[in-house]
Amino acid sequence: MINQVNPFAALETLSRRRFLAGSGATLSAAAIALLARRPALAAGTPGSADDPQADTRILNTALGAELEAIAAYAVGAGSGLLQKPVLDLALQFQGHHKAHAEVLAQTVRKLGGTPVEARAHYPFPTETLKNQNDVLAFAAGLERGAVSAYLGAVPLFHERELAGAAASILGDEAMHWAVLRQALGQDPVPAAFMS
Amino acid sequence: MKSAALALLLAAVAALPSGSAAAPTGDPTHGEEIYARCVACHSLAYDRTGPRHCGLFGRRAGSVPGFGYSPAMARAAIVWNEKTLERFLASPATVVPGTTMGYAGIADPQERADLIAWLRLASRSAERCTP
Ligand code: HEC
Repeated sequence: MINQVNPFAALETLSRRRFLAGSGATLSAAAIALLARRPALAAGTPGSADDPQADTRILNTALGAELEAIAAYAVGAGSGLLQKPVLDLALQFQGHHKAHAEVLAQTVRKLGGTPVEARAHYPFPTETLKNQNDVLAFAAGLERGAVSAYLGAVPLFHERELAGAAASILGDEAMHWAVLRQALGQDPVPAAFMS
Repeated sequence: MKSAALALLLAAVAALPSGSAAAPTGDPTHGEEIYARCVACHSLAYDRTGPRHCGLFGRRAGSVPGFGYSPAMARAAIVWNEKTLERFLASPATVVPGTTMGYAGIADPQERADLIAWLRLASRSAERCTP
């Protein structure tokens, strides 16, 4: 069972602020005070402060990549190439990606956006997957990329809560990467820093 | 004291890459390692969360048929080459405000040069680019 901790829980109030700000509704005094205390969240972030959709775009792109990862693990798990303990691992990691996707989609909705949906078909290089290690290496590459992708997303968020939530996912992807490398017989933690 | 500090400052400024200075020479072997940062979203031969990179050089931004670009990228008046990639990869959201590539960029000019050197070769490799 996945322990359901929602890293985006802090956004309950955020989405309300966004909704009020974006809808042109008359703001209550309380809402104005709330917004005023967060005057320059976007300062210094490329992509400009007056672009309320910027965070939603970043979340939706991350969601697209998570949905692909779920499908990739399904291909790995269904390949018949994984032996029992590794198969369990693949399914567990797939579960984590499902949890990420769920919370990302929820957050996009809360911010007034439309979450991207999974594609009917993903072009995976299945012809290169011939044994368990091929599958593990393929998954490791995706997880390593995911760490970098979240790392690249964190400084772009206008809302700091979102940056924190993305970092929480980043930590999980990094654990996946390390465990997959270990399973491949590689140094699980090859560097002190990720880039 | 003061002049030592000034000398230090001047040395630091001299070490900064100036806009017009020649870009560092790229090492494609290292560039391939850096491309590992892109593979959550991209691959050479296939469109994924991001568009394929095969055929990138000389291609207009936002022009892979069938890929769902942001309006910002579709409208961008950019043709991809060493120069434009060098700027874009330093900070995608600055160069194409509104892009869906939610990635801060690669800060190190040497790393960008390495990545671009590798992309230049890989994106036109017959072996890698026949799906
Ligand atoms: C989080 C996912 C993600 C990551 C990580 C990412 N990209 Fe992208 N990239 C995209 C998306 C999405 C687009 C389309 C952007 C748009 O339409 O605004 C894109 C577009 C591009 C384009 C423009 C292509 C065209 O056809 O016009 C280039 C070049 C590019 N990316 C290079 C890179 C490189 C190099 C890296 C690694 C350093 C990278 N990207 C990392 C998602 C990503």
